[in-house]
Amino acid sequence: MSSALPAPEPSNDEPGGSTVVLGGPEIARALTRIAHEILERNRGGSDLVLLGIPTRGLPLAQRLAAKLAEVEPVLDAQSLVGSIDVTMYRDDLSQHPTRTIGSTDLPGDGIDGKVVVLVDDVLFSGRTIRAALDAISDLGRPRAVQLAALVDRGHRELPIRADFVGKNLPTSTSERVRVLLAETDGRDAVLIEGTR
Amino acid sequence: MSAGEKYLIQNVAPYGGERTSVLLADGVIAAIGPDVTDTDATVVDGTDLVLLPGLVDLHTHLREPGREDAETIRTGTRAAAAGGFTAVHAMANTTPTQDTAGVVEQVWRLGREAGWVDVHPVGAVTVGLDGQRLAELGAMAESKAQVRVFSDDGKCVHDPVLMRRALEYVKAFDGVVAQHAQEPRLTENAQMHEGVVSAELGLAGWPAVAEEAIIARDVLLAEHVGSRLHVCHLSTAGSVEIIRWAKSRGIDVTAEVTPHHLILTDDLARGYDPTFKVNPPLRTQQDVEAVRAGLADGTIDIVATDHAPHTREDKDCEWAAAAFGMTGLETALSVVQETMVDTGRLTWADVARVLSEAPARIGRVTDHGRPIAVGEPANLTLVDPGARRVVDPAEQATKSGNSPFRGRELPGRVVATFLRGRATVLDGELRESAQERA
Amino acid sequence: MKHLLSTASLSHAEAVRILDTAGQMAATQAREIKKLPTLRGRTVVNLFFEDSTRTRISFETAAKRLSADVINFSAKGSSVSKGESLKDTALTLQAMGADAVVIRHHASGAPHTLAHSGWTHGAVINAGDGTHQHPTQALLDAYTLRRHLTGPGDPTGRDLAGLRVAIVGDVLHSRVARSNVQLLHTLGADVTLVSPPTLLPVGVEAWPAEVSYHLDDVIDTKPDAIMMLRVQRERMSSAGGGFFPSPLEYTRGYGLDARRLAAMPDHAIVLHPGPMNRGLEISADAADSPRAVIVEQVANGVAVRMAVLYLLLAGHDTAAAGTTNDETKVDA
Repeated sequence: MSSALPAPEPSNDEPGGSTVVLGGPEIARALTRIAHEILERNRGGSDLVLLGIPTRGLPLAQRLAAKLAEVEPVLDAQSLVGSIDVTMYRDDLSQHPTRTIGSTDLPGDGIDGKVVVLVDDVLFSGRTIRAALDAISDLGRPRAVQLAALVDRGHRELPIRADFVGKNLPTSTSERVRVLLAETDGRDAVLIEGTR
Repeated sequence: MSAGEKYLIQNVAPYGGERTSVLLADGVIAAIGPDVTDTDATVVDGTDLVLLPGLVDLHTHLREPGREDAETIRTGTRAAAAGGFTAVHAMANTTPTQDTAGVVEQVWRLGREAGWVDVHPVGAVTVGLDGQRLAELGAMAESKAQVRVFSDDGKCVHDPVLMRRALEYVKAFDGVVAQHAQEPRLTENAQMHEGVVSAELGLAGWPAVAEEAIIARDVLLAEHVGSRLHVCHLSTAGSVEIIRWAKSRGIDVTAEVTPHHLILTDDLARGYDPTFKVNPPLRTQQDVEAVRAGLADGTIDIVATDHAPHTREDKDCEWAAAAFGMTGLETALSVVQETMVDTGRLTWADVARVLSEAPARIGRVTDHGRPIAVGEPANLTLVDPGARRVVDPAEQATKSGNSPFRGRELPGRVVATFLRGRATVLDGELRESAQERA
Repeated sequence: MKHLLSTASLSHAEAVRILDTAGQMAATQAREIKKLPTLRGRTVVNLFFEDSTRTRISFETAAKRLSADVINFSAKGSSVSKGESLKDTALTLQAMGADAVVIRHHASGAPHTLAHSGWTHGAVINAGDGTHQHPTQALLDAYTLRRHLTGPGDPTGRDLAGLRVAIVGDVLHSRVARSNVQLLHTLGADVTLVSPPTLLPVGVEAWPAEVSYHLDDVIDTKPDAIMMLRVQRERMSSAGGGFFPSPLEYTRGYGLDARRLAAMPDHAIVLHPGPMNRGLEISADAADSPRAVIVEQVANGVAVRMAVLYLLLAGHDTAAAGTTNDETKVDA
């Protein structure tokens, strides 16, 4: 159960009809809180593996790993992080143009017996996470799987929920939520585009 | 001959020249002059139209007997009439082969019964087109079909001794050997012209030299034995030069070019559409330029269609499995107009020469290719050069749909065709009624 | 990309994309569980009119690793025994619901005819047509070259710019040569064809490649890779066309043996599309040397064919190229 605050009034408007709902500092604070929650929930960081879902889940997982290592210096951030590409497990491939396949890199010890925390930027229908669960089951047998999402925008189509959420963002389905990160887009922001 | 069909073609231009009126009666041209009238005659308005002697095709495949699924003598001659022809030479590669008096008489008779054009069967040079033994050329010449043109077309008479004998033998009855020039060993399993395109497409090549080498040999043979020779479907620049050289030496050789070789190139094979698979193959743009120049300067004497109908199964498949050949009777005149008349290289009088007078002369056909003059048999073609139409095989009279011009807009339209004064085509349509029964 | 008929139609971006995707597929094949659910419910038909166990098994493996259903149709039709026509065979397969048809045929252009005929609605993949093209072979060759010759690290995104490749053998009859010349050129490599004059097509001057009759001279230029083409012994005989006087003369002039291999630069690799005529175009020493990547080519073939099947079947493309995950992220 997350303790995220409800959405504030929309702040500065971006050109092209989109609204910033989270800026850089707010994202950083949310990630810090999530990192603490992960450690609290799992009673420390041993046996943890953060698997980021490309594209933007990966830098988020790396940032979380860095924060975990800050809080618990025995942890080595590098060996906590990996990426898991779920494209080949999706059930909606034929409804969209062909997707590029990303990389799957697991940390050296693999995921058997570990607690895997999936990290993604936006949780929406839940289909990506379902695909990720299938991918995980082909890669090994973790002890448990948890989910951290920077933004939960509702409208789940499957019985999937996040364990750790940066911000709950009620949206209408006609809107589009975009996450920008410094590593991929040059700055940190969460935007909503489309009619409100 | 049915009396009673009279036509008065008014304000028409014979050979594209001065406008005048022409009266057809009793199977002949009865009168020519600006003031000619006849109240009994059906009036045909010749305004803007050109009058030509009835076209004569020296090279057609009617497929009957044997491949009536692709074309019959009836459907093929209807297509010929629709294309403005009044006489066609039907090639010998039928089943059974046209290599005896019996078979050529059968074809001749079926042609007469159909009554659309005069069918002159071509006699095979060798029995069964096997290239081994001479067929009974004399018997075929003597038969009711009065064969004068002999050809193994489809195959080459490649044995030099056999070719020599054939050239000598036909002198006895003023016959001519029409050679399909294709050295067989150089073209084993060949699919298309050998060049840049074939290398890219991975299709076995048919090199130009395989045509040119045979022509070079045959013109020298003809010179040596004092015979006349005709060369079928010339397709390469080198072949044109050899004919030009031969004629300059006084060798009695004539040559033909098909309409498709006047306009289409080997690039068309790129889609692997077997509509464009033909023998000899489509060549390069330089070859197209050379045969056009050859036709314009008289090196190439005639245009002959090599109309080669094929069933859908024989073309609706991968290239290597497809048959060679394109239809052409109903588009020949339009293609000649587009490539040679509209570009100023031939006049309509030249068209009369290459599509009527010269073919008739080569085939020794005495009642076609005659001048448009009083007293001559009324074998005539009336053309509207100003019309334009899009070629649709479904609307053609030929039974087969393998036209390389499908969907293409071509100039000219045959308005009427007269066979001995009887209209086989009128107002641009084949006439179903009043068929002649001999 | 709706069909894969020829490497000539692949742009630089499309070719790199296939290689990159093949890399991801290869990664999955290194795992314990090699099977992915991506093409579940799709049907891939192997329509082989020419015998080829190796290529067929490679495509079958690729399809099955992606959870597609595979139907094998082997029509041993020579041009003499006509049997069922290509058209009728295709219509039957369409009735069975083929999403993709992998076709190998002895007639150049048959895949092209199939793709444009309207007899099937699925994707058509050319597995070798006559002497025309064998695109997946060229793609796996390019993938292999990229792995070995473009430097350390993840080769994603790289092409073959600046690499020098020699292709040696019967170019005239080789669909592998045609596909490779075009693809290598598109990816920026320099190609030299080495062949006796009788085994080069008229019109090769128009190809984006150098031509040489002398293998030793070309080896002296220190190419980065040498690709040996299979030569059929039958072509030596007069019945087969008499292209070459004897196998011995061929091997002396154009065979890769230990001496020629030693003259190649240290980093250079040897490729062969297989099956090999050991002792004719390639000696046993050369074939078994550590610089020969022939066995690896086979493994790479599965990854490349998985990539091709994925790119043709997985998405719903209106435009030619696909997009990254970000731009299509409609839901998560």
